[in-house]
Amino acid sequence: MNARLYFWQRGSAALMVPMIVVHLAVIFYATSQRLTAAEILSRTQGSLAWGLFYGAFVLLASIHASIGTRNILCEWGRLKSGSAGAVASVFGAALIALGLRAVAAVVLP
Amino acid sequence: MSASRRTYRRNILWNAALIHRLSGIGLAIFLPLHFLVLGLAIEGAGRLNGFLRLTQMPAVEFAEAGLIFLLVVHFLGGLRLLAIENLPWFGGQKWIATAIAAVSGCAAFVFLVRVL
Amino acid sequence: MSEAVSTLKVSLWRGGSDGRFKTYTVPLKANQTVLDIVTWVQRHLDPTLSYRFACRVGMCGSCAMTVNGRPRWTCRTHVTKVIQNGMLEVAPLANMPVIKDLAADMRPFFEKWVAAHGTFAASKTRTDAIEPIKPDEPARRAADEAIECINCGACYAACDTVRWNPDYLGPAALNRAWSLVNDVRDSDRTSRLAAISAEGGCHNCHSHQSCQEHCPQSLNPTRSIAGLKRLSMQAFVRGEINA
Repeated sequence: MNARLYFWQRGSAALMVPMIVVHLAVIFYATSQRLTAAEILSRTQGSLAWGLFYGAFVLLASIHASIGTRNILCEWGRLKSGSAGAVASVFGAALIALGLRAVAAVVLP
Repeated sequence: MSASRRTYRRNILWNAALIHRLSGIGLAIFLPLHFLVLGLAIEGAGRLNGFLRLTQMPAVEFAEAGLIFLLVVHFLGGLRLLAIENLPWFGGQKWIATAIAAVSGCAAFVFLVRVL
Repeated sequence: MSEAVSTLKVSLWRGGSDGRFKTYTVPLKANQTVLDIVTWVQRHLDPTLSYRFACRVGMCGSCAMTVNGRPRWTCRTHVTKVIQNGMLEVAPLANMPVIKDLAADMRPFFEKWVAAHGTFAASKTRTDAIEPIKPDEPARRAADEAIECINCGACYAACDTVRWNPDYLGPAALNRAWSLVNDVRDSDRTSRLAAISAEGGCHNCHSHQSCQEHCPQSLNPTRSIAGLKRLSMQAFVRGEINA
């Protein structure tokens, strides 16, 4: 971990603070109302706001999770920083791809 | 060397950091699965609905409550770290870390009560 | 009162990193420190026992060892306060190579002080006027809070981040860097911030706070490291350091 990685990890964490509050509220609302997939999609499809919110959330969570993964691979996996960084970058890129695909699936009309 | 050489680790803040790391690992494993399931919606509401119905099995709902615990404990634990690193130093951290674990457990319990 | 009230079984680490504990029976006396016990064993039972000490009054930082699983300064640790189930187990400090018996090799510890730019770099010469330092300025207070370190290595031995990441500079070196970046007379600020922002620098700290818990001087290296994280982020955002 160096200053640059710390900047991105703590920065993404700080930006996600309000987003997690919103996400938790969404989880509690959707599960307690027992929304069906059609009901959820009718609220999200075509919504620019949900698309931007969850698109940004996916990017931040992917950055945060991949740097955390790198640190754990270094400290607990005893990987060198180069190889830990490579594995974590692949993981982060996969998270971004899967996450943006999921957002698109839920938001695109 | 003998096991007692590491008794210094038995401390609330060390355990809080361990919980933070394990919850982070749990969430990192869950995230791709979460995204894959939501991606089912690309094939229409029917596929996603089939999966959402699966999530109403009690066993799955217990697992979901576990995920709520992981998210809340990682979120609040992360807030404590951001506060340590960015605010003037403050005491009472063992108390705060304990409260975070308790609040996270309560959040998961409330979630479970509401969905069951 | 008689001299020896009773006896105590004490396990001391013997040999190098592949050594083992050996048990000795020593007399238990009033106001006895762990260092007294170790010294008694060396003088009465086994003169080949190796350990390190100098001042015996908590100033020099030479005598830290692992006592019943915790790093402690042995000269100021009363035996009666740390006995567990009538047992005392003394080992060399963790997170450092073992030289022999209770003596750990502190070279990596001090090399990291150097790597963290732990030496004062004067900004004036002897021909300049003495710079007045106000003791109540915030930066001077921050420096003073961190300055009483005796380099005993207890924090370094207690730190699991050091154990997991051998490149991590550790609490003592970073605490020293913090007291120097707050010293207005020092001229090495930017390159010191760059040194503690590199791989292995202050950003590895997980705020376990074991350093604070085990510092015999009651210092708070975690607070110092948090301060370094803030200063290094300011320098990073301003482009003063690259990482």
